[in-house]
Amino acid sequence: MAIELASARYRYAGSASAALGPIDLRVEEGRVVGVAGANESGKSTLCLVAAGLAPGVIGGKRDGSVRIDGADAAALKPHELAQRCGILFQHAATQLSHSTATVFEEVAFGPCNLGLRIPEVVERVWAALRAAGVEALAARDPGRLSGGQAQLVALASVLAMRPKYLILDEPTSELDPAGTTLVADALTRVAAETGAGILLIEHKTDVLARIADEVIVLERGAVALSGPAAAVLADPRLSDLGVEPPAAVRLERAVRAAAIEWSAALAEAVR
Amino acid sequence: MTALRVPHRHASPAASAGEPADSGPSGTVGPPPAAGRPGPAPAVPSIEFETVSFAYPDGTRALAEVALRIEPGESVAIVGQNGSGKSTLVRHLNGLLRPSSGRVLLDGWDIRPIHVARLAGLVGLAFQNPDRQLFAGRVSVEVAFGPRNLGVCGAVLEERVGAAMEEVGLAAEAGTNPYDLGYSRRKLLALASVLAMRTPILVLDEPTTGQDARGVARVRAVVAAAAAEGRTVIAITHAMEFAAESFERVVVMRDGRVVLDGAPDVVFAEAAWLELRASFLEPPAAAVAGARLGLGSTPTAAAVVAALGRSRG
Repeated sequence: MAIELASARYRYAGSASAALGPIDLRVEEGRVVGVAGANESGKSTLCLVAAGLAPGVIGGKRDGSVRIDGADAAALKPHELAQRCGILFQHAATQLSHSTATVFEEVAFGPCNLGLRIPEVVERVWAALRAAGVEALAARDPGRLSGGQAQLVALASVLAMRPKYLILDEPTSELDPAGTTLVADALTRVAAETGAGILLIEHKTDVLARIADEVIVLERGAVALSGPAAAVLADPRLSDLGVEPPAAVRLERAVRAAAIEWSAALAEAVR
Repeated sequence: MTALRVPHRHASPAASAGEPADSGPSGTVGPPPAAGRPGPAPAVPSIEFETVSFAYPDGTRALAEVALRIEPGESVAIVGQNGSGKSTLVRHLNGLLRPSSGRVLLDGWDIRPIHVARLAGLVGLAFQNPDRQLFAGRVSVEVAFGPRNLGVCGAVLEERVGAAMEEVGLAAEAGTNPYDLGYSRRKLLALASVLAMRTPILVLDEPTTGQDARGVARVRAVVAAAAAEGRTVIAITHAMEFAAESFERVVVMRDGRVVLDGAPDVVFAEAAWLELRASFLEPPAAAVAGARLGLGSTPTAAAVVAALGRSRG
């Protein structure tokens, strides 16, 4: 089972040119597929298309196919999509409902709308808050959180839905290094324990190096590089595509550029 | 609209005349130039936080007796966990926040009596979230707003606006609506609108967040250019590589206090890792690699290469 894009192409309503595609992509259960690329290369559009929100909710025109567990994403109703794909938007403010008094209620909002029994909602909310490391914020007003806290609460609200696929648009952009590590570990755990498939947009290639199985790099809406994470992240074309290579790769390049041998000891030291 | 780019009409030279802070010893904090003339660039003042504490109205204590002196022309990265007080600290520099106790001094003069409109000519602050800063209908108007309110006009204004847009790579977008730009370019626009004010002190709150490799390179170039001109540059960042590579001094904050302060090779040296990790930070990969190889403190890739060269040569 998987999210599968085949020759998918998308243009926004009112736009003359395609923002995305043609693109082929497969996100299998239990796998983490990383997406990198320069700003405005189509990463966020890919999220909307893979989640079935474009064109299903926001309009526009799609060609090619987008299938979620074999079903055409365009044919799925919003509540069916919501139970299959959880999407975390780039900005937490877009995500939060602005209709709840506490973080706990905010995270409970989705599961309640699934019609789950209260004990299960409560169990899911605490598990999600724990996974995102924000249990301590449960009683806080969601409208009065820092950027990093809001991002973690938004992530918890997606995790509480326990979707089969998670589509995450820069989930660590506002986070400090500890928060970034926490999210990376949480996603690895979610993929391993629940078998969720994860599509992860991320500028921080060190995060992708750590948790992604595969990585694709977008350029002007199309796939410029794809393959196993380690190979793509060490590709010499990465910088030209507007993506900063992981720290270990940059260090290796600097050493080689100085005509110093890249020894096994050096390679071991940057692992 | 931001308070840091307060319209000039709010500044009242008469109201502040005669106050001790009205003109500093070197005239740095002196009266603004007459309207229409930008006047000579003001000298770069030193900054001193004198046991500054701050609590928000809800009682959250964000700064606890911070003592920090920044000399004119220094480039300083401020790092620390979310909520450690970094943004609160820099907002004291342009009067957006005033200390609950303690003093903030520019060239030895307490800034408390100085109106924010006056401070705006000395301290340019680019917000973490550009959408709290942008309001104009066109990119060029947005960039011109700050310097115009400092009394800059005519060809000088045009030159400054053009140069600032060029510096962040938005020269081709002069007529674009800021909200038609993606988030990362709105963030560069917010940076340009502060650069155009040519303030002697430049403060950037998480300038590389959400930027791709090209955007990060532009921010690095902005920091290097401002430092080369002798301006003071202060940046809050979560990117340790950026802190180590682009700044001569790194200040680590935790729970509203400064817990480490020094050159990158001091703050990221192995001896400081315990303190760094207690602050939920990790040293840059180059520092870790250097320590494992016994090369001493190597906070940057360049430092690793130099140390390897020495050890082999």
